[in-house]
Amino acid sequence: MMALKRKDLLGLRGMTKAELEEILSTAQDMKSILLSNVKKASYLQGKSVVMLFYENSTRTRFSFEFAAKYLGAHTASVAVSSSSVAKGESLVDTGKTLQSMGIDVIVLRHPMSGAPHLLAKHVSASVINAGDGINEHPTQALLDMFTIKQKKGTLDGLKVAIIGDILHSRVARSNIWGLTAMGAEVRVAGPSTLMPPDIEKMGARVFYKVEEAIKDADVVMGLRIQRERQQKGLLPSIREYTRLFGITQERIRLAKADALIMHPGPVNRGVEISSDLVDGEQSVINEQVTNGVAIRMALLYLLTRRDYNAVH
Amino acid sequence: MLCIKNGTVIDGISDVPYKADILIDKGKIIHIGENMGNAADEVIDATDKWVLPGLVDSHCHLREPGFEYKEDIGSGTRSAAAGGFTSVACMANTNPVVDNAAMVNYIKSIARAKGVVKVYPVAAVTKGLEGQELTEMGELKEAGAVALSDDGRPIMNSQLMRLALQYAKGMGMLIISHCEDLSLVGDGVMNDGYMSTVLGLKGITRAAEEVMVARDIILAEVLDAPIHIAHVSTRGSVELIRQAKRRGVKVTCETAPHYFCATDEWVDGYNTNAKVNPPLRTSDDVEAVKQGLKDGTIDIIATDHAPHHRDDKEVEYSLAANGISGFETAFSLAYTHLVETGILSIQELVQKMSKRPAEILNIDAGTIQVGKPADVIVVDLHRTYTVDVSKFYSKGKNSPFNGCTLKGKVIHTIVDGKVVMKNEKVII
Ligand SMILES: [Zn+2]
Ligand SMILES: [Zn+2]
Repeated sequence: MMALKRKDLLGLRGMTKAELEEILSTAQDMKSILLSNVKKASYLQGKSVVMLFYENSTRTRFSFEFAAKYLGAHTASVAVSSSSVAKGESLVDTGKTLQSMGIDVIVLRHPMSGAPHLLAKHVSASVINAGDGINEHPTQALLDMFTIKQKKGTLDGLKVAIIGDILHSRVARSNIWGLTAMGAEVRVAGPSTLMPPDIEKMGARVFYKVEEAIKDADVVMGLRIQRERQQKGLLPSIREYTRLFGITQERIRLAKADALIMHPGPVNRGVEISSDLVDGEQSVINEQVTNGVAIRMALLYLLTRRDYNAVH
Repeated sequence: MLCIKNGTVIDGISDVPYKADILIDKGKIIHIGENMGNAADEVIDATDKWVLPGLVDSHCHLREPGFEYKEDIGSGTRSAAAGGFTSVACMANTNPVVDNAAMVNYIKSIARAKGVVKVYPVAAVTKGLEGQELTEMGELKEAGAVALSDDGRPIMNSQLMRLALQYAKGMGMLIISHCEDLSLVGDGVMNDGYMSTVLGLKGITRAAEEVMVARDIILAEVLDAPIHIAHVSTRGSVELIRQAKRRGVKVTCETAPHYFCATDEWVDGYNTNAKVNPPLRTSDDVEAVKQGLKDGTIDIIATDHAPHHRDDKEVEYSLAANGISGFETAFSLAYTHLVETGILSIQELVQKMSKRPAEILNIDAGTIQVGKPADVIVVDLHRTYTVDVSKFYSKGKNSPFNGCTLKGKVIHTIVDGKVVMKNEKVII
């Protein structure tokens, strides 16, 4: 029984538990392909996947590219500088052009929230959101959830603390939607200027003291702090941020003894998280990367099965 | 001679509607009474319908010159006529900007040649809308500008705003203020709140509007000068204006239908047709705007008709142009959401959409009276219909109300005694 009958993966908002579970269990199968000696399956043979990136992200692009290739798809990458978003060919026109070339899946990374939703409305190809503005980064959250589930066996009832710049974090938004749908308790902590309004209505608990958020947590996730937040006046200094909100060895002791330490990367070592924690025993940061490929394989598989389902 | 027969008349003056025929000749209303159809060579049957003064819009964007692909004075005034507006005041943010007497005359001459309703230019407060130097307000007035506004942009410099209000007061000109503190807006694109959090769109705090409303009220109060606040959208703005009016400040204000009919939830799905400035707010603000309309804090309803081409809307939300094509839904939205719900009587709605805006702009319109210009509309208040933007006369199909079922429809529009819309069809 297939639960995922969507054309697109635009975000985790509104996803049902059944859909999320199907993605996570498919990722489990994909991970075994990924870890096998010959990384080759034919599920996407004859399909084409294009990576349309309006923002630089080598890590996410490679992850999708390898995922598609391991499944036998044709792939291509299009890098458009984000400065040309407003001036160049419109997103809708670009999408229609790709469509005419017979593309089955468009993986879109874009600096503006809602861009994948716009594209999805205008193309019949599947659109996967690989990060849109400050809205969502659903494949990152799915790989986070997959990693937690592999380590803890379940997501239900777990306490997950997400620390940092929640306001600008698409990773945080996707994780809040996904984790709460799976029954986890999500706590968010950070400076009040980096906390979006009414986020508790999304189902998260808000803390302004990092210690309280971390207390008894099963998972502690750090988010990248960008230096420009200081220039824009959202933070007095990065130094004060690190002192008051940095994830440190001492603070981690407040969490459960077997708590996982996660980060979507790239890490600012010594800024949002101390270097020894990144490389320490509780860290699953490198495993997150492996799982990222598995999750993306799972999504490519599920979304390209859609037509098959319709027929049979 | 034209006769509008058997309608129920709301003339904008008497408190109660009455049945009467209206006789029109040479652009003027010559008789209001019974059984007058015999002398007329054209009769409009208004049986079971209501006869109101033509609507007056204090705030619209006709886009000509410079943005004719979005709208021009021909299409814009046809759209206005279809919506029941017989007089409209158009904002100065065209290209070139209406910031000198020649441009005011240019707009008037185009309107005379191509317009089907009466067009009253609003001229800029500052040259090029740049917020640096005042326009020649005296000459603008002589040329026929009905008010002054940098609408589309705020005047951020408080001293310049103070001088503008002072100089305009001396010239007997009204300034219409677009209240928006740009430093507070930053790169925000929708109302700051739960929906901006959910959609991951940068928020615009309500304070961006309210700080400027407060500033403008204080400046007007200090100078004892009149000021008109455009497009009031928040509870806080309504309250600031309410208090100012109690103190006797010469402040008037308008809201637009979308601020009492829609909320920021309409943005969901990144609906760029719901992108407007100021942004759609919350249901609490909608309630406050309705309350402000009811208790008289909000004097008038304007459309802020802001037509855009599909190319300016079918883009990423952050890149999409602000604005709603408003002429052709304004009356029905107001009737459905204010009169049908018991917030305003139909007579009060006529005050807010005809009589008061004409008074604020100081133009000869807004009532049905013998001797006055024959700007009259016939509306069917029982008619329920579904909004279909593809049928708009405006070039701008950008309305979040597409598909909404509304009650109350304008059937005929008469401008200076000339029938410009008949049976819901604009005929010139
Ligand atoms: Zn404005
Ligand atoms: Zn405007």
